[in-house]
Amino acid sequence: MASNERTAKLSVQEMIAKQKGKKGKKWLEKAIPVILLIIASVSVLTTFGIVFTLIFETIEFFRRVPFLEFVFGTEWLPFSNNEPLFGILPLIAGTLKVTLIAVLVAVPFGLASAVYLSEYASDKTRRVVKPVLEVLAGVPTIVYGFFALTFVTPLLQQFIPELKIFNALSPGIVVGIMILPMIASLSEDAMSSVPNSIREGALALGGTKLEVAIKVVLPAALSGIMASIVLAVSRAIGETMIVSLAGGSTPRFDGDITDSIQTMTAYIVQVSTGDAGYGTTIYYSIYSVGFTLFLFTLLMNWLAHVISKRFREEY
Amino acid sequence: MRYIDHQKVIKRMSTRMIVNKIFKGIFFVATLFALLALGVLFYRIITQGIGYLSPEFFMNFGSRFPEKAGIKAALIGSLWMMAVVAPVSLLFGVGSAIYLEEYAKKSKINDFIRMNIANLAGVPSVVFGLLGLTIFVRALALGNSILAAGFTMSLLILPVIIVASQEAIRAVPKHLREASYGMGATKWQTIVKIVLPSAIPGILTGGILALSRAIGETAPLVVIGIPVIIQFLPQNFLSQFTAMPMQIFDWAKRPQEEFQYVASAGIIVLMILLLLMNSIAVFIRNKFQKRY
Repeated sequence: MASNERTAKLSVQEMIAKQKGKKGKKWLEKAIPVILLIIASVSVLTTFGIVFTLIFETIEFFRRVPFLEFVFGTEWLPFSNNEPLFGILPLIAGTLKVTLIAVLVAVPFGLASAVYLSEYASDKTRRVVKPVLEVLAGVPTIVYGFFALTFVTPLLQQFIPELKIFNALSPGIVVGIMILPMIASLSEDAMSSVPNSIREGALALGGTKLEVAIKVVLPAALSGIMASIVLAVSRAIGETMIVSLAGGSTPRFDGDITDSIQTMTAYIVQVSTGDAGYGTTIYYSIYSVGFTLFLFTLLMNWLAHVISKRFREEY
Repeated sequence: MRYIDHQKVIKRMSTRMIVNKIFKGIFFVATLFALLALGVLFYRIITQGIGYLSPEFFMNFGSRFPEKAGIKAALIGSLWMMAVVAPVSLLFGVGSAIYLEEYAKKSKINDFIRMNIANLAGVPSVVFGLLGLTIFVRALALGNSILAAGFTMSLLILPVIIVASQEAIRAVPKHLREASYGMGATKWQTIVKIVLPSAIPGILTGGILALSRAIGETAPLVVIGIPVIIQFLPQNFLSQFTAMPMQIFDWAKRPQEEFQYVASAGIIVLMILLLLMNSIAVFIRNKFQKRY
């Protein structure tokens, strides 16, 4: 037991001094932050990778196609043999049609659910409904696309006989269902964070729950709600599989929602599943379309950021 | 002086109460709409696909004939891809989170990294596909292999894992760290032996949820050119492969009606896998999450 006593007598100070003598540990402590910084910079590299990839390949695209034709052209006929045309407006029109329909579906339903969950529902109901919304948000988009193509479109065709198999309406509605949970849960968060004292003040003045929700809580949570809608719009713009399956592949520059369309994302998918070879103009065109898409979503995300920063009410 | 005209208040009271009730009903029905959509979706897919869910469905490769089509190559391929995505995304995700939460000081660079992660989370998945096509498939010459797809998916879910891990690490109370420092532990020792063990349930929960997103994601795979009809199982990480969402996409596009049922069966398998992963995540959260 003699040796045991000796270690017991060794004071903590001495132990620390002993540990300090080991060079290896010291080196490790200095190296770790550097290694972790390198790891953390992977996400920055990814952003640079995305931006530079898109820019370089888009520049290559503009060597072959005039910039003005791309931005202002109203005809997108990349597969035409004698005279391919690359005007992106029809693709943007397709994306905007789907996004608009999705917003018209998701905003009323999403906001109504948010108001119900934050102002009316009991804790018990909330505990059931919120996980279901999470499940809805976790369903893969390919499943929604299949649902749009095989269920929503045939269903709508019974009411609107002139609706084609591929159209903008059905994917628009389903994209709306997809982004609904996002609006509902982010808006509910924003409304729940309005302090109860404000709510109770309004109730004490004789307001009904509806009046309190509409006139007091909604305005106070407006920045969060707006930000959630903008983020959901950005999601809808970038949505790919639903529109590829149910939207069709006919780029058109008009306001028709019953006929086949093509969105920016669906075009990228169409080229990727086709047999356009590496280095052709069509190959580079998916990068130019991807770049346009990237700018759209970047603008939306930036807008959401500004809204939630600038107009936030602090309590 | 009377500010309130009682007669007027009483007169309007009942209408206001009724309007309140009506709107409560409207809001409730709107909430039900989401639940209804989910119910119809599941009902449709299960009733359509259940008939095609046979043992052969798991044993067969993809085929031109609906009755012979199976999900074997896609299911195994998805699992191979996960074998790349899980370690890569967790290593980089957790590493970044540790750096941001424990080491990063308030500086321009760190603010930039944070802002960048937030922006990356908003980039559409199809754009990540374009990145993977240029960098992994072409520049690094990985072809449309498991590695190329796995790396692309890892980058896609990286922001989600970083944010989840950051939250888990932030939830570890300060006094635990201080106790560790007080015992003479260095920063790295504290992180490895004190912070990470208490943050791991949260990290795993977020990680599994992010992985389940990667399993269901289709667009990047389409863009990097993952083939659909594959008649062999992958041999190594550089093999060609196909994945479940790709297979479902292909079946859903086919004009024959029978393939709709095959696609439904494929979706059932995919959804069961997702449900399983989500249950594990919830289980870990409830069982191991410590509350301080």
